[in-house]
Amino acid sequence: MTPDLLTGTTLRSRAARALGDSSLTRVLRKTTSYRDGLRQQAESVLRNHDELVAAARRIRADNIAQLPALLEQLADKWEERGGQVFFAADAHEANAYVVDVALERGVEHAVKSKSMLTEEIALNDALEAAGIDVVETDLGEWIVQLAGQPPSHILTPAVHLQRDDIQELFRNVDDRGADLSDAPEELAAFARRELRRRFLQADLGITGCNFAVAETGTVTLVMNEGNGRMVTTLPPVHVAVMGMERIVADWQQLDLLLHLLPRAATGQDITVYVNHLTGPRDTGEMDGPEQSHLVIVDNGRSDMLGSEFREMLHCIRCGACLNTCPVYRQIGGHGYGWSYSGPMGAVLAPLLHAAPEARELPQASSLCGACHDACPVGIPLQDLLLGLRRRETERQAPPSEAAAWRAWAAAWSRPATYRATTSAAARLGRFVPPGLLPDGWTDSRAVPRPDPGGGFRARLRREGA
Amino acid sequence: MRRTALFPTCVIDTVAGDVGMAVVRVLRSRGHDVDVPDDATCCGQPGWNAGHVDEAAAVAKQTLGALATTTEDTICVPAGSCATMIRVYWPVLFRLVNDEESAVAAEGLRDRVREFSELLSEDDKAMLPEDDQATGTTPGPTAAVAATAYHHSCHMLRELGIETQPEQALQAAGIEPVEWDGERQCCGFGGTFAVKQPELSTAMADEKLEALEELEVEQVVGCDTSCLLHLRGRAERRGMQLRFRHLAEVLDPT
Repeated sequence: MTPDLLTGTTLRSRAARALGDSSLTRVLRKTTSYRDGLRQQAESVLRNHDELVAAARRIRADNIAQLPALLEQLADKWEERGGQVFFAADAHEANAYVVDVALERGVEHAVKSKSMLTEEIALNDALEAAGIDVVETDLGEWIVQLAGQPPSHILTPAVHLQRDDIQELFRNVDDRGADLSDAPEELAAFARRELRRRFLQADLGITGCNFAVAETGTVTLVMNEGNGRMVTTLPPVHVAVMGMERIVADWQQLDLLLHLLPRAATGQDITVYVNHLTGPRDTGEMDGPEQSHLVIVDNGRSDMLGSEFREMLHCIRCGACLNTCPVYRQIGGHGYGWSYSGPMGAVLAPLLHAAPEARELPQASSLCGACHDACPVGIPLQDLLLGLRRRETERQAPPSEAAAWRAWAAAWSRPATYRATTSAAARLGRFVPPGLLPDGWTDSRAVPRPDPGGGFRARLRREGA
Repeated sequence: MRRTALFPTCVIDTVAGDVGMAVVRVLRSRGHDVDVPDDATCCGQPGWNAGHVDEAAAVAKQTLGALATTTEDTICVPAGSCATMIRVYWPVLFRLVNDEESAVAAEGLRDRVREFSELLSEDDKAMLPEDDQATGTTPGPTAAVAATAYHHSCHMLRELGIETQPEQALQAAGIEPVEWDGERQCCGFGGTFAVKQPELSTAMADEKLEALEELEVEQVVGCDTSCLLHLRGRAERRGMQLRFRHLAEVLDPT
């Protein structure tokens, strides 16, 4: 079981824990700055980057507006080529389908390429509970699997770990790793050998889906490691699991998004591998699986359609908002407590995660707006975070907090009480009179100096200027 | 004489009277006839960012009424985030509480609202002959100049797109701010974020302060007093000697 970091904890407690590890903070700041810089560099090369983002935003809005028709077309095309399609209403249905496929074929060993959706639905736990051995084959994802941790970044799952952590994990894989040094080449070669064995042994390959193209019934996988090709060609059964929003109408739209995704994600013009899968092995074809299953997962997404949060369905999971976020770079993904982290995770959490703790995540933002600037499809993430804060206060603000805000509004919507409270605050050197709002200021920050003159307006009247 | 209304903001009214006085002096020295509307309180941003819409709208409506009845051509707001609240978010806020009349009034106000450095920059352009507009400089104080870093505040930079004006104002005063890595990164204030997530907020301030320490500057200049109070409060607690000043304090003729 991958541990659940969210349930029973608060954002503050998780943040404090992450911040207590100064080497973690150092690694996160360095890595995210590096990746954010790569993104900015790659985007600056495109003279019309802003226009491309605007075009992508329109395309994604169209995709989501036409979602039912596009999904139907995708399913028809996939089935025409001999594939099988399953629409899963929730995580449970999706997992049950994949487990059934596996049990029917007598699967003992499954290999996976990286898929955040399968993290969202906890597919590995379901397969393991059915007695199936599951191995992650993306290097970073394998590392966190060995560490028994959830990924801490949607693109670079092991970003929080350092070379010596990885050396330690690999040494414990089996005897062959016992003498490994911490040289990256040696560690990578070891992973390659180990994983090659798993690919050859596996009877089920599981992938996510970066984009599905409706017009041809194609699943596109974008990656930099060769594992995706192994997972989709060596085992006799392939299951692709996709969020229902990861769809485009045609290859022209795909073309634009494939220009934007790798630049935003890793600063690359194009990834090392772009795989387009169109179903099982056909007569006369040399490779490919005997069975191709496409599992299209809703799991809360259709509730977002037509809501003020629908733009979150435009997300193409590039990770740029994590790398640029001043909050993410302090605490990393585990501070958020969920597999999706950073600004996109803070928006998705209350929309897709059932735990009450998930509703707090929109507070993990200073609303600085850097995420909106970095987003390759122009999602106004800070506006969505604000919208979720509003929804939460409407639903259930803690009574003391609600009362404090009512008192604030009553005082500051009248000039006389505004003047009385602000000049009192000025004399005390506090933003607000003590007790009006919870004061987390003074533990780490000095308070402003008191103004014996009674504040700006009194001084202006007295002194002129 | 240009007639200008000054909306001081609640931060100046509560804890930064010095900044307010400096703003008034700078504007007057540049020929503005400054008036502070008595009944303007707060823009409502604290409640808005915390998700308390009704409360934010009640406060914003009071200030909207006070600002909308001013007769000056320009309303100066010496804080990027409050200027953003008024120009960008007021219409959204009022529509959320179904107050279309206030939303329309807020939209009518937008063109008159200027963030402080934005107003100075427009002044300079209006005063200079055509040929000199490219440099956009006016004589400033001649006292010894401290090594200075400028902090871009988030809403001013990203929502209002005010990027070069503060630095131009500093250059006009003979100060060339140093470029630094973290100048566009959020300081971690974020309104109620600073008190709801104090550990995170402090870590964000620390990252900026550590970068500033390496720069060996003597002062940090910004256009949002709230960011500066947060950074100053943390720097003091860390025993740092750095000074944090609003642009108006640096340009203050007295």
